[in-house]
Amino acid sequence: MLILTCPCCGVTAEETEFHGGGEAHLKRFGPGSDDADYESYMFSRKNPRGVHFERWRHVYGCGKWFLAARCTMTLEVFATYPAQTLEPPADVITAIKSKRPEWEGFV
Amino acid sequence: MKRYSAFAIAREAFRQHKGWDEAWSSPEPRAAYDVVIVGAGGHGLATAYYLGKRYGITNVAIIEKGWLGGGNTGRNTTIIRSNYLQDPSAAIYEKARSLYETLSQDLNYNIMFSPRGVMMLAQTEHEKRGYLRTERANALQGVETRFIQPAEVKKLVPIINIDGPRYPVLGALWQPRGGTARHDAVAWGYARACSDMGMHVIEQCAVTGVESAGGQVTAVNTTKGTISCKKLGIVVAGHSGALADMAGFRLPVESVALQALVSEPIKPCMDVVVMANTVHGYMSQSDKGEMVIGGGADQFNNYTQRGSWHHIEETVRALVETFPMISRLKMLRQWGGIVDMTGDRSPIISKTPLGNCFINCGWGTGGFKSIPGSGWAMAELIAKGEPGPLAEEFSMSRFREGRFIDESVAAGVAH
Repeated sequence: MLILTCPCCGVTAEETEFHGGGEAHLKRFGPGSDDADYESYMFSRKNPRGVHFERWRHVYGCGKWFLAARCTMTLEVFATYPAQTLEPPADVITAIKSKRPEWEGFV
Repeated sequence: MKRYSAFAIAREAFRQHKGWDEAWSSPEPRAAYDVVIVGAGGHGLATAYYLGKRYGITNVAIIEKGWLGGGNTGRNTTIIRSNYLQDPSAAIYEKARSLYETLSQDLNYNIMFSPRGVMMLAQTEHEKRGYLRTERANALQGVETRFIQPAEVKKLVPIINIDGPRYPVLGALWQPRGGTARHDAVAWGYARACSDMGMHVIEQCAVTGVESAGGQVTAVNTTKGTISCKKLGIVVAGHSGALADMAGFRLPVESVALQALVSEPIKPCMDVVVMANTVHGYMSQSDKGEMVIGGGADQFNNYTQRGSWHHIEETVRALVETFPMISRLKMLRQWGGIVDMTGDRSPIISKTPLGNCFINCGWGTGGFKSIPGSGWAMAELIAKGEPGPLAEEFSMSRFREGRFIDESVAAGVAH
């Protein structure tokens, strides 16, 4: 059971109050993009063993989307942060680096 | 290899069982093989077995990070069925199911295939219409299934509560030749047969890298040294993404934990497999008497082989309503396996960007039942370099081309 803190309303709650939304920071390729980019956007996923950035929605709370950085090997949640960003903010990167010095960084 | 038989048991009984050979040998890896298969679970071993048996390719190593069959092969609910809606799925799962029928004889190893019958309960009108459609699709596909009425459900499963209140049983899709098998024995039987053909089953040997040159794999780096190969097969289920990353390509796959649990053993009370997809729980009784219960998958990417308590609660809560007598049972064990889910919930048996590297993954929550069919199709792909009729629809390119085999919509849930 994950414990997540919603950065929008500040509530800390168990996983059952949230809904997972898959990999975060995907770059959208819409109409007009080539087949490879569109396929990659739709289906290819990093699926890493380790640090993973993902989307969550506080469905049984404020209803807002937010993002989380979490380890898929230990389920440790490094940070949650607002969704209005194209890449993880510096303080989230720092928080991950302090726990996972060997982590290669956000790519 | 000494054949197992009733006579062998009698012979050994007279000499304190000292004449049994080890079922498979544990050699050190050679420097090179014709084919290296990564992953000695059911699918990897079946691939190797049919490579040898059907194509005469026996200079093969099957390398395994942990122990044989210790991944998802040993972490499922052992259900075998082939009542799928889409033609390519029905074809490969029915091939697998039909191979299971005679697998004990083929391998000379008792895999305890028990075609006790599998039923999928229809508990909403929508589900009932869906199964009536599947029944007709199965008739066209040559898969024997039948839609049965609530009275027949009750007759087959006396412990079931068909009256609801929340989800009354409106009928069921019944596959009389579905069933269960002993999951470990499937891996062990294939491993023994592979070893007997001269193949190397190498356990405790993790792959750490894939070497390639000119678009072809040349070798794999492992914890037991570098092993060169002419062809590479990747058959590693939940960790397919990590292996693909080493080989330099990305997969349309995400790994999540799927869990199951068993109760304390009780006297025989249910001799069929029952799946209740609306409430998402399924149950059968093992030969030991334990009620084997399958539950849901986590909603997030996960490589820890454990489940979540709230999924157990959801699954058991739903099943108690349909099977009131299990409410007093204690649960003994719970476990999780890492399953590789594709966008359309159908597997990938495919060529890859590397010419002599082939991948078999994405079985998601339906891996065990498909082992023989998957191995059959993957062996053909590796041997010929091109997919045969069973595998061709399952190529990775279907995502780019929009040719989904959409069992996620057909089943509505994990399957």
